[in-house]
Amino acid sequence: MHFMLLFSRQGKLRLQKWYEAHPDKVKKKITRELISTILSRKPKMSSFIEWRDLKIVYKRYASLYFCCAIDPTDNELLTLEIIHRYVELLDKYFGSVCELDIIFNFEKAYFM
Amino acid sequence: HMSSTLSVCKGIVVCSMLGLLDYTAEQREMLDPRSKKGLLAEQVRQPNPIRLRDLIRQIRSAKTAAEERSVVNKECASIRLTFREEDSVWRCRNVAKLLYIHMLGYPAHFGQMECLKLIASPRFTDKRIGYLGAMLLLDERQDVHLLITNSLKNDLKSPTQFVQGLALCTLAAIASPEMSRDLADEVERLLKSSNAYIRKKAAICAVRICAKVPELMEMFLPATRNLLTEKNHGVLITGVTLITSMCVQSPDTLEHFKKTVGNLVRILKNLVMAGYSPEHDVQGVSDPFLQIKVLRLLRILGRQDSQASETMNDILAQVATNTEATKNVGNAILYETVLSIMDIQSETGLRVLAVNILGRFLLNVDKNIKYVALHTLLKVVHQDNQAVQRHRTTILECLKDADITIRRRAMELCFALINPSNVRTMMKELITFLEKSETEFKAVCSSKCVTAAEQFAPNIRWHVETLLKVIIAAGNNVPDDVVACIIQLIAESGEAEQRYAVEELWQRLTVAPLDVQPLLQVATWVCGEFAHLLNTGETLRVSETEVVEVYQRLLWSSLCTSVTKQYAITSSMKLATRMPQATALVAKMVSAYGSHLDVELQQRGLEYTQLFTRFDSLRGPLLERMPPFERSRLRVSQEAAAATAAAAGGGAPIANGVQEHSNNSVSNASTVNNNESNALLDLLGGMDEQSTKPTSKLNDNATISNNDPVTAAGVPKIPGMNADILDLLGGFDTGHPTVSKAAIGDTGGTAATTVNGASNNILDGLLNNTNNYNTTTLTNNAINTNSSLINSTQPTTLTNTGDYGKLTAYERHGVRLVLSFERQESLSIITLVATNSSSAAITDFLFQAAVPKSLQLQLLTPSSTSLAPSASLTQLIRVNNPNKAAIRMKVRLSWSADGVPVQDQCEVNNFPTALWQY
Repeated sequence: MHFMLLFSRQGKLRLQKWYEAHPDKVKKKITRELISTILSRKPKMSSFIEWRDLKIVYKRYASLYFCCAIDPTDNELLTLEIIHRYVELLDKYFGSVCELDIIFNFEKAYFM
Repeated sequence: HMSSTLSVCKGIVVCSMLGLLDYTAEQREMLDPRSKKGLLAEQVRQPNPIRLRDLIRQIRSAKTAAEERSVVNKECASIRLTFREEDSVWRCRNVAKLLYIHMLGYPAHFGQMECLKLIASPRFTDKRIGYLGAMLLLDERQDVHLLITNSLKNDLKSPTQFVQGLALCTLAAIASPEMSRDLADEVERLLKSSNAYIRKKAAICAVRICAKVPELMEMFLPATRNLLTEKNHGVLITGVTLITSMCVQSPDTLEHFKKTVGNLVRILKNLVMAGYSPEHDVQGVSDPFLQIKVLRLLRILGRQDSQASETMNDILAQVATNTEATKNVGNAILYETVLSIMDIQSETGLRVLAVNILGRFLLNVDKNIKYVALHTLLKVVHQDNQAVQRHRTTILECLKDADITIRRRAMELCFALINPSNVRTMMKELITFLEKSETEFKAVCSSKCVTAAEQFAPNIRWHVETLLKVIIAAGNNVPDDVVACIIQLIAESGEAEQRYAVEELWQRLTVAPLDVQPLLQVATWVCGEFAHLLNTGETLRVSETEVVEVYQRLLWSSLCTSVTKQYAITSSMKLATRMPQATALVAKMVSAYGSHLDVELQQRGLEYTQLFTRFDSLRGPLLERMPPFERSRLRVSQEAAAATAAAAGGGAPIANGVQEHSNNSVSNASTVNNNESNALLDLLGGMDEQSTKPTSKLNDNATISNNDPVTAAGVPKIPGMNADILDLLGGFDTGHPTVSKAAIGDTGGTAATTVNGASNNILDGLLNNTNNYNTTTLTNNAINTNSSLINSTQPTTLTNTGDYGKLTAYERHGVRLVLSFERQESLSIITLVATNSSSAAITDFLFQAAVPKSLQLQLLTPSSTSLAPSASLTQLIRVNNPNKAAIRMKVRLSWSADGVPVQDQCEVNNFPTALWQY
């Protein structure tokens, strides 16, 4: 996985985890680009986007979008499962997790 | 003191689960040394910094962006202040707040050093926020990395597993090459730790280290092998990940781990056969994460190794048949299994099973699964075409899907599936798709339709019909080369097909909306060229006035582009010769163009008017039927991108002298030399060439009309012998050099008169004007700056294109690049043909090149970016070399062979010297 982003339906970034080094400027640009691309997609569409030389896998849970950038050779369906696993974990910890939990306890979401 | 800190530390580990950043008042009292000291020293203290949660609340309650900014700025200022005071009590809280502010997009780099201080703190909660901050705020380029390396080293040796865990996590996320070198020993030690929690994290760390510094891989090998004997799934999964990344990086390591295939098969077997285990169950499937990691590694180990493939055949079949396909997890495993089966040397039966799984995926309502199926089928279609053909109907169904990504995949797959036996049905579906599809699909889809039709057409009639349907369906999004292709095809076909085309296109021409250019261009070309078929057919009888009316509508419409009008005006000239009664009407129509604002149209109007007046007798032979085009030339232009058609010197439109601007075709050596086919052009070229000589006769324009008709009278006696006409014209021109001036100069105004004048400066200015105009219609004006009507009078642009031979520039990794050359003045046109000589399907093929500074390089769009085995693609390279320097080229190539990325570069120094020594 290259990076993972969590953002709200309003396009506000809630969490960002990068596994490769980029300057802040580049990160911001990528984030902005992906958020607008994903928010403009219709619910009927698949959860995958071919973006630059990566594949973006995203899934919406209530008001939050979870978005991962993986290699084109990685398993997209499993990535969805990994996202789901993370959401289950958040849910277990916070008890029916909502966006506010993640906003106010962002560092705990990072630790997980 | 140490022990008390440790106990506090442990307490906090427990507390951490409860949310520790916001300590309770008591805890703060207990932890804050200054609160006690403060009582004694009676220090004046700043109010305590606000809590993280209060800050978040404040920021959230801000109603405008400006308000939010002011809250953040205020808080940042106070955080900076506390940082400067070296306050260690509130550091953790402040950094946490800073991280929140950073996430909102505000600068937070000033917190970097504070993170390091937190990491060095003995308290677990401090460390934890410190490491989190390091992961978020630092990147590889930061110098602070040196400082963090020391702290990491200490923490990796910590007796507390959670501290070690934190350090390992951070290292795995941000390790730079230097850090990797410094800390590899520690990580290797921890990989052998007795604690599974540590081993797991150390393995992830090793993945990062090996990726950053491949030389370090070897020291991890022994410890890594042992990871496969683990019982703990966490360690197993990270161990398999580590082996996978090592094998991908180094072929030697891959060989080394070949012997683990048996182990891996056993692990997978246990997972599949084992009953329900609550710890590893995900929706009824036993640890899908581990299963998929193992399947992936098996694929890498079994690739091109029949023995390893043999060992895993059975288990792959088992996974493929036993996995429940009702949930996403199950499908994820099936998907990975299919990939492995198709990649290793598996049995035919197994491969069919795999393709059938994908076929089932296609029927799934879940878009994601459909997408994955199409994506994978596209990868395997070249190897197992027959197996994929069985699912053709389902794939065609996907062309109607609501999701654009699915439609795109389905379209690509459909083109890969076309063969001689299904071409009729497939093309029908694809044309329906083309009609309804989004603009972004139309260009590529119509191009591919043309290629497929050419490759598999059962007969010419079908071919013509199909291309006409394509051009109608794609509207304005047809690439220019498609127009050229259709015209050429019709020109080459028999009379029956031509008659069909004329009838069909005439119908279209009368009703077509005038803003769809490609169709109008083809229709006018065909109706002009084969005008005699318009009123000799059994079903179609069009009167001359009707035809002229239709042309009038087109020529005076503001919806038509200039290029279309150029087609139409030349076409109407042909009408005039083929339909005698239309002559007068056409003459009127054409002469009106003599004062058109558009320079190209004006030139045509004037030149053609001459053919009705003084050179009336020339008209017939000049506008004769076009002979069939050279086939080989078309292929090049068809494969290359639209813009390159003209540069390659081929294609119908040029020969017709309409689509491209006159000079373009005149200066185009190959066209000019081709006497037989391009009578009209040659005539113009010849005239122009001659007319540049008498530059001194600047003021002679007025005398044009007194031109001596004697020689003109001699001309028309030689119908059909174009070459002879040319000769005659040559002689004629020398005798009467003002002719071409007359053609341009009458109403052309200053433009034409100054051309023949000696004033180069003025000429430059004019050139610019006309060039601006050219940019709107000419796609290839980048280098060809002298492509204006004025320049066509310069004989120097008529240069030879010799045979420069071919050059194999590159031949490695199953890819061969062959270059062939043409030259026009300082412009070398290099045709690159890349051929895939391997058995792998190549995708994402990218050719990049660099030349010395004195040269200018332009790479045109390649005909394709993917190469099936033994297929080839073409790309045109234009090198402008005004200084006649030796051409050298550095080339970088990249592609994926069956999904495996390959990169290579080479230098080409052996270009034929004739390209610049002339």
